Amino acid sequence: MLAPGSQVLVKNDWPETRGPCHIRTPHYLRGHRGVVVRQFGAFPNPEDLAFARPAARVPLYHVAFSRQDIWPEGSDRDELLVEIYEHWLEPVGAAS
Amino acid sequence: MDKILETDGERLLVAVRNLLEAKGLVTTAEITERRAITDAANPGQGARMVAKAWTDPAYRVAMLSDGAKAAEALGIPMRGMPPLGVLENTAELHNLVVCTLCSCYPRAVLGYPPFWFKSAAYRARAVRDPRGLLAEWGTHLPEAMKLRVVDSTADYRWMVLPMRPAGTEGWSEEKLASIVREGDMIGVTIPAA
Repeated sequence: MLAPGSQVLVKNDWPETRGPCHIRTPHYLRGHRGVVVRQFGAFPNPEDLAFARPAARVPLYHVAFSRQDIWPEGSDRDELLVEIYEHWLEPVGAAS
Repeated sequence: MDKILETDGERLLVAVRNLLEAKGLVTTAEITERRAITDAANPGQGARMVAKAWTDPAYRVAMLSDGAKAAEALGIPMRGMPPLGVLENTAELHNLVVCTLCSCYPRAVLGYPPFWFKSAAYRARAVRDPRGLLAEWGTHLPEAMKLRVVDSTADYRWMVLPMRPAGTEGWSEEKLASIVREGDMIGVTIPAA
């Protein structure tokens, strides 16, 4: 479980290059760092639901990103707040 | 003559509906009820919630902690709907809602999404150039104000609770609800008295 305030990295993974899939992780966030804001509980994994496969419940988080980290132009006071499932998030250690 | 109006889509819909009923998965009454709920949903429902939150501090707190429960408290049907989150605008923070992946939208309280909400241009610019996009709506945020863009990518649906405009002191809930527009609850615009 990821605590609020934890630094996380969105996996830089591209399942769509390997075959048919349904992903709820926006491409623009993959490989970027964010901060966990809260956990929403667990929801059936949409990547399985979309194909009518048995779907395990996976924890869902609200994760905040600095918009300027992703697109350097514009204001540094813009935040992106996005729902991301736990299996897309990697904890970032303080040392890394 | 009826055949002229018949399309493949309609025939498919009837076939699927008949199958669902034959298998006992859903009844005609349930389909009729759901259609009525879908058709009745419109931004006026969300506006009623906003107006109540502006006049009733306890309701505002309840709405911010569980939007679906707060909607139900006003008689808005939420059964079978995704959880509803409410984002509060303040003097320091403005919220903007988008679904970059498709067109997730709090239909139970705002009805069908407006056409532009589903456009590729809105979905791309809301995350990349949100202040430029807002300026085109006539919404100019002070530079010091934080802008939070909420990309609804998964199981929640989001609506914005705008700030109550100045000059509305003493207004009734009904009158307050009448000035809250669809765009105010998505975050592209700000209500005015």
